[in-house]
Amino acid sequence: MTAETLTPPATTIGPIGWLRANLFSGPVSAFVTVLVGAALVWLAIQVGGWATADARWSVVTDNLRVFLIGRYPGDLAWRIWLSLAIPSVLAGLSAGAFGRTTRTLAVTLSAVQALIAILIAFSPIGILGVVAYAANAAAVWVSYAVGRRARIPRRVLAGAWLVSLPITFVLIAGFRGTPLTPVGTNEWGGLLLTVLLAAVGIVLSFPLGVLLALGRRSRLPAVRILSTGYIELIRGVPLVTILFMADLILPLFLPGGWQLDRVARAMGGISLFSAAYVAENVRGGLQSIPSGQVEAAQALGLSGVQTNISIVLPQALRAVIPANVGLFISLLKDTTLVTIIGLLELLNVGRAVLGQPESLGARMEVYLFIAAVFFVLCYAMSQASYRLERQLGVGTR
Amino acid sequence: MSDSVAETKQATNREIIVARDVHKWFGQLHVLRGIDLTVNVGEVVVIFGASGSGKSTFIRTINRLEEHQRGTITVDGIELTNDIRNIAAVRSEIGMVFQSFNLFPHLTALQNFTLAPMRVRKYARKDADAVGMKLLERVGIPEQAHKYPAQLSGGQQQRVAIARALAMNPKIMLFDEPTSALDPEMISEVLDVMRGLAEEQGMTMICVTHEMGFARAVANRMVFFDEGVIVEEGPPRQIFEAPQQERTKRFLSQILH
Repeated sequence: MTAETLTPPATTIGPIGWLRANLFSGPVSAFVTVLVGAALVWLAIQVGGWATADARWSVVTDNLRVFLIGRYPGDLAWRIWLSLAIPSVLAGLSAGAFGRTTRTLAVTLSAVQALIAILIAFSPIGILGVVAYAANAAAVWVSYAVGRRARIPRRVLAGAWLVSLPITFVLIAGFRGTPLTPVGTNEWGGLLLTVLLAAVGIVLSFPLGVLLALGRRSRLPAVRILSTGYIELIRGVPLVTILFMADLILPLFLPGGWQLDRVARAMGGISLFSAAYVAENVRGGLQSIPSGQVEAAQALGLSGVQTNISIVLPQALRAVIPANVGLFISLLKDTTLVTIIGLLELLNVGRAVLGQPESLGARMEVYLFIAAVFFVLCYAMSQASYRLERQLGVGTR
Repeated sequence: MSDSVAETKQATNREIIVARDVHKWFGQLHVLRGIDLTVNVGEVVVIFGASGSGKSTFIRTINRLEEHQRGTITVDGIELTNDIRNIAAVRSEIGMVFQSFNLFPHLTALQNFTLAPMRVRKYARKDADAVGMKLLERVGIPEQAHKYPAQLSGGQQQRVAIARALAMNPKIMLFDEPTSALDPEMISEVLDVMRGLAEEQGMTMICVTHEMGFARAVANRMVFFDEGVIVEEGPPRQIFEAPQQERTKRFLSQILH
């Protein structure tokens, strides 16, 4: 008996097919679809109408400088622009050389600065600002093109990134006795402060968290107990409390005459807090590595440190990318809590702006703008993490 | 498969592994109950026995993946103690191949070999790569150098794992059931590599395996483990044709059906 050849079932491919299968599969489904659809359209008309006709977006554009850099002196704002030009060029070069994850970074830097240029065009800051940020946005793509051809070695680029960090810092903070007049951190604010708090928090808490995770699994009881104690203590205390402690109590422990400024204290508090959570994420990754991996490394004669660096950590850290990026996204949003120790980060700047008599009745506009800024930053981070996962997942389990 | 191969193989009289009265407990469980075994340079020893008989645990004590609690193990004149330098010295002389391959999944085949020579022996990348490629040719898969372990078949993975152990230029190779996790059609490719190692290089080898054809053809000596002790040992011909102990006979009749 020969098997009968049947035609395949009707496809659900194509927009019409998709609609039929997912939205109009039966009378009830069709009814719900129409109802929800109508509600969405109504909402869109309401919000869209308000946003285009009634909203006073001038509250955002008029105060744009404060939103972007707080009370940072306006005549020194070019230093912020220059400090963004460095990572823009480097991100472009890296994206050209490596592609993938770094390309997401480059796209984000370019897009964000292009958006800033557009916003500045509607603000009293002036045409120079527009040109400057548009130039930065373009610089990303020019250096991308250069990076694709020039084949710059990995090591050189990594070194350049490392060197760029202190340069960026000096550009923003200034240095006594140089043409770069110092700008006190009490004058930093707005998006500038938010991004700096988050960036420093991420860069410091990650290595610290990895060390704590390794420490918690150490064979040495003292190291293990200290790491575990630190992690449990920090995780048992709210960030707000830690920020208060960093602000009020930390200075008492510093030797006399030492002054740690307020922003640095907040950065320290955020990093120390986040490190405990990074540590627990990484510990989960470490536990997912089969013992055979460590045995194989030991059998080859690798030392404990070499085994961790070359075998265990690369696999463990890859496994915890989604969890860690989630953590860093919350860290970015949690920087708004520094408001309580009086720092003027983006959200607090918004409240300050709303305190001016001319901003009366513009709460919605200000908060929507701030929400949009946070969304763009967080969305870029989560996209970068997807890229990174895919890139590191190539050809592996 | 002829017996003549086994008869003509040469092993020296120089001792390289000496285990004396080795005991090991896992909690209350006494898994090694006084193992005495001496292996000479160039000798191929096949260890067999039921699962849980302590054979894997024993070969893992030889490079200190398991710590023994009584007795002594000496490898090439170095006694294994808690001294970390001794452990490192012994491990650098011993290559090990595992049942589940244990390749590093985040590294390519070539990187799997070059890692240890570069980190432990401080080879330059270029030299390590050259050695690595030579080894890949030896195990017959030079074209797979830049693939990741997950992209290789089981047999290829195990051959890469053997080459990885050889990259450290060991004097001794330990094989812990190297073919048990393989599909049947891939077993022979791995056994061929092992056989080449024994016959062409005269490598000192201890293999825990149930591949009796391999044992008959390649081993100088077979050792039967049961419940943490060595019940019987002897040349393959004697073990297969005239086993002395009742337990050996019973086990062999089960696996040779």
